[in-house]
Amino acid sequence: MTIGIPRGLFYYYYSDLWISFFDKLGINYIISPETNGKIKELGRKYSTDEMCLSLKNYIGHVAYLVDKCDLILVPRIDNYGRYQQTCTNFLAAYDIVNNLFDVDILDYNISYTEGATERKAFIGIGKRLGFSRKESLIAYNYALVKSHKVMKSKVCSNVNKLNCNGKKILIVSHPYNTYDSSIGGSVISFLESIGCVVIYSDLFDEDLCLKKSLDLSSGLYWKYSRLIIGSILLCKDKVDGIIFLSTFPCGLDSLVNEFIIRKLDVKCLNLVIDEEYAFAGIETRLESFVDIV
Amino acid sequence: MSRLKIGFPQIGNYSIPARFLFSNILDCDILEAPSITNKTIELGVKHSPSFVCTPFKYTLGTMLEVIDEGANVVVQLGGGCRYGYYHELQRAIISDLGYNVRVVNLVSAGRANVFKIYRELKSIDPKFSRVRALYYLFIVKRMIRYMDYVDDYIRCNVGFEVEKGLMEKYNGMMLNEFLGVKNVFELNKVFKKYYDKILGVSLNKPDNVIKVGVIGELYTVMEPFSNYYLEKSLASFGMSVKRFTNASYLLFDKGKYVRRNIRKYSKYVKYKMGADASDNVMRAVSLCQDGFDGIIHIKSSFCTPEIGSMSVINKVCRDYNVPVLFFSFDANTSRVGLQTRLEAFNDMIEMRRK
Repeated sequence: MTIGIPRGLFYYYYSDLWISFFDKLGINYIISPETNGKIKELGRKYSTDEMCLSLKNYIGHVAYLVDKCDLILVPRIDNYGRYQQTCTNFLAAYDIVNNLFDVDILDYNISYTEGATERKAFIGIGKRLGFSRKESLIAYNYALVKSHKVMKSKVCSNVNKLNCNGKKILIVSHPYNTYDSSIGGSVISFLESIGCVVIYSDLFDEDLCLKKSLDLSSGLYWKYSRLIIGSILLCKDKVDGIIFLSTFPCGLDSLVNEFIIRKLDVKCLNLVIDEEYAFAGIETRLESFVDIV
Repeated sequence: MSRLKIGFPQIGNYSIPARFLFSNILDCDILEAPSITNKTIELGVKHSPSFVCTPFKYTLGTMLEVIDEGANVVVQLGGGCRYGYYHELQRAIISDLGYNVRVVNLVSAGRANVFKIYRELKSIDPKFSRVRALYYLFIVKRMIRYMDYVDDYIRCNVGFEVEKGLMEKYNGMMLNEFLGVKNVFELNKVFKKYYDKILGVSLNKPDNVIKVGVIGELYTVMEPFSNYYLEKSLASFGMSVKRFTNASYLLFDKGKYVRRNIRKYSKYVKYKMGADASDNVMRAVSLCQDGFDGIIHIKSSFCTPEIGSMSVINKVCRDYNVPVLFFSFDANTSRVGLQTRLEAFNDMIEMRRK
């Protein structure tokens, strides 16, 4: 049995967890390749035209995997508590994929307000794949520890960059945009090529960011946006400039980025990337922004 | 301190119960929200971020208009989706524009916190009484029910009335009298009086009308086309309309409806898809099963939950072989374009019937 893992949306949050979980259980999996022209094309073909670019790419990844594996992993992640909700697309991804493609889906549900915890979800996956409760729990705990370790080392190296010399640019974006080669990849490699130190907004201590975000906005209830706000507050005095990178039309970013720009007095560049964007235009903007800061 | 003046963003006719409630429980002036005009929309668009959903622009526009009229407290409702976060950004925008206005939000993170609301209201008016508020809340609940009940009937039949505009006139008179009621008995009396009148309006309805179901999000009650425009133009083709989303559904029935039906329609929707998306999918399935001739799905542009539901509704309609028409409203939607698409939709349904 092979499980297909689409490289989009959830992958960038949970890849370590999933991969070590499946490794421990000894299950084959394939991960779709980095977003390329073909995947983009597939995504455009199957998605509704108003969906955000990240979701379109995700659907492209799923379409790429459909005939290459037996099960596709599409979770549904609602919230981690009342004030830690996620984007609506994370809620709807399962049902969208289920209706677009005729394929078996390995799904799990995380909704802490309704009592569906991550632990329960992974036990459910294990059960679906034919493992006992104990086996999947061992694998889950192993994966959890391992992914925490990986995350911690990433956070350390990211925070250490704050003390570097050189122009420090904070990239504020969701991980599924930052690390997607077709969205954030080219931006980051360009910034590094002109000698900037790139700091990622998603690689900070989670609890600290969540706590810190309350200073600026007490009513915000999206987990990922709170992490972003927290990270900005943590290091806004240490960086030279902030780049907001969002895809068109991201629901969270449309409100939250505007809110941050209005509230905080920092040098920033708001990049909105859509389907038909040309990197040449963005390059010019990035260059002039780096010159200013 | 000067006397408080409270303003609301325009949400269809529902500003009437809101005005009724707040004028009775708080000691302050309630400003009447101006109806949405092109100027409102322009004002909203000018100060909003570019790809925020359209209701944000509309509500911001009306808020600014109300503030110009002299309001110093603006109440925003807040809901489950992005709507729940409108208030913070709108507060920032309004204060950046140089107004000294309080923006009060009643519902946050999709749920109303009774204590928080009580604290907010108490800080607006120190003499605020809980008992009085409960009493009027009870009346308002019934008022919204009545409004939606009448509205449902009007939407079904407004296009077929012999003397045009009579139903809307009665509806407007009823809403006006609602503002003056003192207790539930008076409310019932007013409702009966006008409901009988509206039922008595003579209709010219052909026998085999084409039935169309309208699904979509709450925004449909705010957009200016909501004033029975869709119903009237559909009725001019001989179509009758069934519409679902209204305040009483969202406030009182939604939870129950979703809980009861999500298993029944599990073929298409397994989890809640956020805001009203899964409800709309379920509605679409039940409309298809009930033998409706077509479905019209209305949403504002960039409404993320509804965008998700669109692809599912497409699948539903393909399975049941029912035509579906998607409308996406934004600040620049014109009636002419709408009319053309409705005409084409009607032609298609009539051809299918033959």
